[in-house]
Amino acid sequence: MLKVVVIDPQDNVATALEDIRSGEQIKLDLAGKVTLLPVTQDIPIGHKVAVAFISCGDQVIKYGQPIGTATQSVQPGQHVHVHNLISNRGRGDV
Amino acid sequence: MELLGYRRPDGKVGIRNHVLLLSVVVCANEVTDRIYRAVAGTVPVTHPHGCCQLGVDFEQSKRTLLGFAANPNVAGVLVVGLGCEKMEAPMLAKEIAQTGKPLQLLIIQDAGGTSKAVRQGIAMAEAMVAESQKLPRVPIKMSDLILGLECGGSDSTSGLAANPAVGVASDLLIQAGGAVVLSETTEIIGAEHLLAERCLNHRVSQDLLAIVKAAEGEAVKMGVDLRGTQPTPGNVAGGLTTIEEKSLGCLRKAGSGVVQAVLPYAAAVEGRGLFVMDTPGQDVESITGMVAGGCQMVLFTTGRGTPVGCPIAPVIKITGNDHTYNLMEENMDINAGTVVQGTETIASVGQRIYRLMQEVANGRLTKAEVLRHYEFAITRIGPSI
Repeated sequence: MLKVVVIDPQDNVATALEDIRSGEQIKLDLAGKVTLLPVTQDIPIGHKVAVAFISCGDQVIKYGQPIGTATQSVQPGQHVHVHNLISNRGRGDV
Repeated sequence: MELLGYRRPDGKVGIRNHVLLLSVVVCANEVTDRIYRAVAGTVPVTHPHGCCQLGVDFEQSKRTLLGFAANPNVAGVLVVGLGCEKMEAPMLAKEIAQTGKPLQLLIIQDAGGTSKAVRQGIAMAEAMVAESQKLPRVPIKMSDLILGLECGGSDSTSGLAANPAVGVASDLLIQAGGAVVLSETTEIIGAEHLLAERCLNHRVSQDLLAIVKAAEGEAVKMGVDLRGTQPTPGNVAGGLTTIEEKSLGCLRKAGSGVVQAVLPYAAAVEGRGLFVMDTPGQDVESITGMVAGGCQMVLFTTGRGTPVGCPIAPVIKITGNDHTYNLMEENMDINAGTVVQGTETIASVGQRIYRLMQEVANGRLTKAEVLRHYEFAITRIGPSI
């Protein structure tokens, strides 16, 4: 069983199906093409890991749709969550 | 599978046969609750509202209470009031009488206080339950069902497993001729463009975009990031980072149906196919609104695990999180964690959900019913005055 799932071929993040430790190599199924990705941070189950380089200010894509904006550059294999991803919507604070 | 249910005087079909003890005001809650504890076959609706309410806020609360009384899962209604409240019990009783259901009215100030009201109420409720037990069960169809969709305590498994499986079951019910209601407007924010493409016509699309804009506007008006509450702290711990991500997962509950209309909170669902009801992301308020609109059953997906139910409609719990299923099995009806583990397809879980819906329509109790989870909450529009 793969440890992550990429929901849509356009996604730049995958979702962890089990806890992944920093240093692990994970298999990615990108639209049928299986590649290896070294994970460089701990990814708890259910959390997201970048599967492509994401520049600061880029949209993070899951389900083939934007889910928010990266607040820093993210390397493939890094954790994507509230520390580096903000919402584009419901922002009464800006 | 042959299904048996109850036909009400107005022709609607129920899958339960409850005698509803309907408190119309916070001051009548205690008496209502004591009657409920004394008489099997009754269910209580109690709440902190019913007085010092104005305008649209009052109207929405009233519509919700009347909607519960009219729901075909209810065999008869005992309306319990204090006597001096804005939500006048005799006025509500008069409107409920139009359903043709057995009806009784109990006013605490007329009865002579708590103890006398409780004694009178017990006698009334006892007689109503005895009467309701004489009703024959008649053949019903899945097309008689109006199904409410809810998600709460979501995590990443909700969008991956439980919600898409519920989407399969939603599509099956619509194919069978039933109706399905998607709710929680907040949890459409960021996914509304996808749903707007699936509306019956331009007007329905515009209605959908308008409620989403209004819900987002309410959050923005508070001057803070919506992320202060949506996603909730539990959603975030479960891996969900933004409202857009949560919404895209939530939307999967609605399957592939075409949105026929966008309904206000607690408005009656008329017609078949997929509907959207404008409810908040708060689970109990959302379920209450949909059941007031006529839903006889609710599918509720959860990743983190939640016990909540509804006084008059069976709520089926589905989790995509295997750990949650094992930890909270007494509250969970279906384990969709098999999808995440790769041992079962989404379509197969969807069919399991649909089969359970048939059994529940036929009388099988859900976990929330067995544990008597009777949560009820009305969305307020204005403050108490």
